[in-house]
Amino acid sequence: MLTKRIIPCLDIKDGRTVKGVNFVQLRDAGDPVELAKIYSDEGADELVFLDITATVDKRKTLAELVTNVAKAINIPFTVGGGISTVEDVKVLLAAGADKISINSSAVKNPGVIDEMAKEFGSQCVVVAIDTRNMDGIDFVHTHGGRKPTLLKTQAWAKEVADRGAGEILLTSMDHDGTKSGFANELTAEISSALSIPVIASGGAGSMPHFKDVFTFGKADAALAASIFHFKEIPIPELKEYLIGEGISIRK
Amino acid sequence: MKVAVIKYNAGNVQSVLYALERLGADAELTDDPEKILSADKIVFPGQGEASSAMAYLKSRGLDQIIREIKQPFLGVCLGLQLLCEHSEENDTDCLGIFPVKVKRFIPENSQEFKVPHIGWNEIENLAENPLLRDLPDPKFLYYVHSYYAELSEVTIATTHYIHDFTAILHRDNYWAIQAHPEKSSTVGEKLLSNFLSI
Repeated sequence: MLTKRIIPCLDIKDGRTVKGVNFVQLRDAGDPVELAKIYSDEGADELVFLDITATVDKRKTLAELVTNVAKAINIPFTVGGGISTVEDVKVLLAAGADKISINSSAVKNPGVIDEMAKEFGSQCVVVAIDTRNMDGIDFVHTHGGRKPTLLKTQAWAKEVADRGAGEILLTSMDHDGTKSGFANELTAEISSALSIPVIASGGAGSMPHFKDVFTFGKADAALAASIFHFKEIPIPELKEYLIGEGISIRK
Repeated sequence: MKVAVIKYNAGNVQSVLYALERLGADAELTDDPEKILSADKIVFPGQGEASSAMAYLKSRGLDQIIREIKQPFLGVCLGLQLLCEHSEENDTDCLGIFPVKVKRFIPENSQEFKVPHIGWNEIENLAENPLLRDLPDPKFLYYVHSYYAELSEVTIATTHYIHDFTAILHRDNYWAIQAHPEKSSTVGEKLLSNFLSI
């Protein structure tokens, strides 16, 4: 039986792991390669690296990091942050990334999703969507969730799937950093409407939050950062709990 | 040990090289027939689309080379599908090493079963085979695919998604795995190390 995936997210700045609380206050949580190895050994199903300071001249540093991670771990990982062209993707996949994720650049130029899917296959194109609810309507935000757009989240999710995205990483800015649970309703709405997997992100604070997002939220995978980095919820314990709750999980 | 990893227009071969290197193999990515035919083991990785991959193999004469190989040979993911007889992906005639047809997953219920099949799933119904020796439990592998090989007499392990399909094939000196062993943690590592010691 296909299992639900637990995905720690490592935010990277200058080659180090950081986690923003509501994307503003940053705390240092260590060496990404070492952390990646620990997560892989603990049973993480996949990893996501988000380079939050990715700029053109940093691209080489990121590719080096990707190479070091790929040499060290034997689970899949996704790399995101500042990726906007087919050429950017080529460099990171050649370095050993399994998937890349794009966010603002897809909003700015949706055709890039088609181009990347055609060039490398849908399986390696993850479209990250940062969403915030404004007066009862869910709107896509860009630039780390700071900049609102006029795109409605549900419509954008459908569009990216139609254009060839292989997965959607849905982050609720309303929930991110609050530790009050995932955006289950919105996640369920999007996951039910699409035939591609949805990774839920933002709001994990307790083990039942993961159960909820896999059941009510119909998520295929759940992503979190700080609760894993600061060992508030150890992954082996989380997996034991979810298996006990009847969720299909890889031991 | 020299392992030739066949170079063609397929995605993410780097991870396969790293995984083989972690196991101490001397792995080289190559499309040179001489190097392929003289290696101790051959790995045929892949990720991509069947018809363009077949066209590329034919244009380099690699289709013939693959049929001539006598050493232990391992196809991975798209590599497995290309070793079969025919794929529904763009109605492609493949290499025909395994007398098996490759079909597309058709979900009965698209909410419950998404396509592609992405994530960790278990292998079951394992036959006695050197590739499957002493695998740790539980036997989860990482999958990413929209097409699958039908069950057949050369199937040596199955996985269930929508229905049972072929997880691993074996015939003569050819083995093939639908999942990505290079991304499948300790179980995948054991599959690869078993292959290296065949």
